[in-house]
Amino acid sequence: MAEGRIVLEAIEASRSFDVSRPWLQRMVAREGRRVLRAVDAVSFAVTVGRTLSLVGESGCGKSTVGRLAVGLYEPSGGEIRFEGQSLSTARAQPALRRRMNMIFQDPYASLNPRWRVSDIVAEPIRAFRLLSGRDVQDRVGQLLTQVGLSPRDGEKYPHEFSGGQRQRVSIARALSSEPEFLVCDEPTSALDVSVQAQILNLMRDLQARMQITYLFISHNLAVVRHMSDLLGVMYLGRIVEYGPGESIFAAPRHPYTRLLLDAIPDLGMAGSTRARTPVGGEVPSPINPPSGCTFHPRCPLANARCRAEVPKHTRDGDVLAACHAVEEGRGAG
Amino acid sequence: MSAAAPRAPGALARWWDSDLAYSFRRSPVAVAAALMLLVILFGAALAPWVAPHNPLDLASLNLMDSRIPPVWDAEGQSSFPLGTDDQGRDILSGILYGVRISLVIGVGAVLFAVVVGIAAGLLAGYAGGAVDAVLMRIADIQLTFPAILIALLVDGVVTAALPQEMHERLKVQVLIFSIGISFWPQFARTVRGSTLVERGREYVMAARVIGLSSGRIMLTHILPNVLGPVFVIGTLTLGLAIVTEATLSFLGVGLPPSSPSVGTLIRIGNDFLFSGEWWMTIFPGLALVLLVLSINLLGDWLRDALNPKLR
Repeated sequence: MAEGRIVLEAIEASRSFDVSRPWLQRMVAREGRRVLRAVDAVSFAVTVGRTLSLVGESGCGKSTVGRLAVGLYEPSGGEIRFEGQSLSTARAQPALRRRMNMIFQDPYASLNPRWRVSDIVAEPIRAFRLLSGRDVQDRVGQLLTQVGLSPRDGEKYPHEFSGGQRQRVSIARALSSEPEFLVCDEPTSALDVSVQAQILNLMRDLQARMQITYLFISHNLAVVRHMSDLLGVMYLGRIVEYGPGESIFAAPRHPYTRLLLDAIPDLGMAGSTRARTPVGGEVPSPINPPSGCTFHPRCPLANARCRAEVPKHTRDGDVLAACHAVEEGRGAG
Repeated sequence: MSAAAPRAPGALARWWDSDLAYSFRRSPVAVAAALMLLVILFGAALAPWVAPHNPLDLASLNLMDSRIPPVWDAEGQSSFPLGTDDQGRDILSGILYGVRISLVIGVGAVLFAVVVGIAAGLLAGYAGGAVDAVLMRIADIQLTFPAILIALLVDGVVTAALPQEMHERLKVQVLIFSIGISFWPQFARTVRGSTLVERGREYVMAARVIGLSSGRIMLTHILPNVLGPVFVIGTLTLGLAIVTEATLSFLGVGLPPSSPSVGTLIRIGNDFLFSGEWWMTIFPGLALVLLVLSINLLGDWLRDALNPKLR
């Protein structure tokens, strides 16, 4: 996995949000500030032309990681590096900023309803002054063709398209500045299953053709399996298991990963000898996370140590897992 | 459903086909109000050509013509269809010129309020935090006073600050400013609310990812999406602004009798109401009612037509 130049690297990156109530109410209720740790010391590295997927339940901080990765948020601890430079330094330079972009989850909210599609797609081209005059329209036509639309669709407004078509427009916009790194924040979760596959195949096609690096965020393991080279499983702001996708899908180490894999209703797994461990419960609040390993209230393998001590990442083969049980060798299914 | 239609049918034809135009054609009240407004607008715009006399030309006044009743009265004269006032000024001409001034001030004041309100609302909604708190508290405080009081106050202060000889010359601008200032909070609050919604949308995030400046995002992305409600409030406020101007003129702090607005005419006529010369005040009053009514009816229709829940 070590081949290739590292495009994006997170080093112990954290991000907290102040979710305190307004000052007056805090004074009246005599409570302090409240901080939500959305992302807690997350580390990863994506090499050129590869896909790192982040999976996890909603509220686990995966979208926050995505926004950190394109600089929409500043990390409140640790560092994110783009091409070896700190991201905030990199984003200060338009030449580097041009090389990253983002595809969003909701194709109904990610396109400005008052703009023509050609203007939407051309926006990054104009913002970075890559082309001018007629060349812009020619390039927009090319881009629309590339994502499977017609150049004449540029005349239309977003509401004239279906969800899948809008997502294609969104991809065309993301590609228009010829980025090398794309954050895809649940790009298919708002789409019909039949359309999801088309969009995913389109994205893989484009990756193969243009050597784009993806940070792919999803809660859908089937989608992730289709897309990823590297996989990070997130739980409550931490990456609990991190490694090559095939290794993790073949032999999940962390009990949470196993829970997620078991939850896929997959016919191929019907005859599997692996014991299914049904784990109930909700994700605890990240404002007041459980002590020790944050997964312990839902974990079938939890013991006293898990409740007290935060697990460190330990290497098992080419996979990193943050779990006392894995480290101690108990419960390795 | 015109997917296969030939391209670019022209802006007017597209408008005629739009939902809004359809709802307009279906509403007899809106059509009637629009026709009424058109008649008034034409009369006001073409006042120098359609009015039988020039009320601004003091030299043409003849005291012999004063207090002539409307033409259908036994003492009426055909050259003064709606009668004359105590100075011998033709009422109809006065109304046409007066409506013209009232409209200029009303539209000017609303435009001023819209510009200030949109700027404040966008800034407060997009920047949030202290900027939002300060701007919105100013708006809240202003909203606790009646608009007419603010307009009266601002008008008084500005007039006092200006040198004496500029009072008459700048009266229209002063009125536009003071009435406009008294109506900006409504626009600011509406725009701020819509901005808060739009700011969280992903298209704004997409613009931020490529590094567009906040100003450019506000103007090119958010502004076009928050204008809908501004149109509705703008139309309804136009009626209010015209009434406010008329009230100020009626109270004597608006336009002077030498260049009367409708409000000034009503005030002049008011002195003669009880001596039987009712036409001096009733006709300008009627003109004001028709003008404001047609604007408000159009505003109501627009509000309903743009409200998706009422479709």
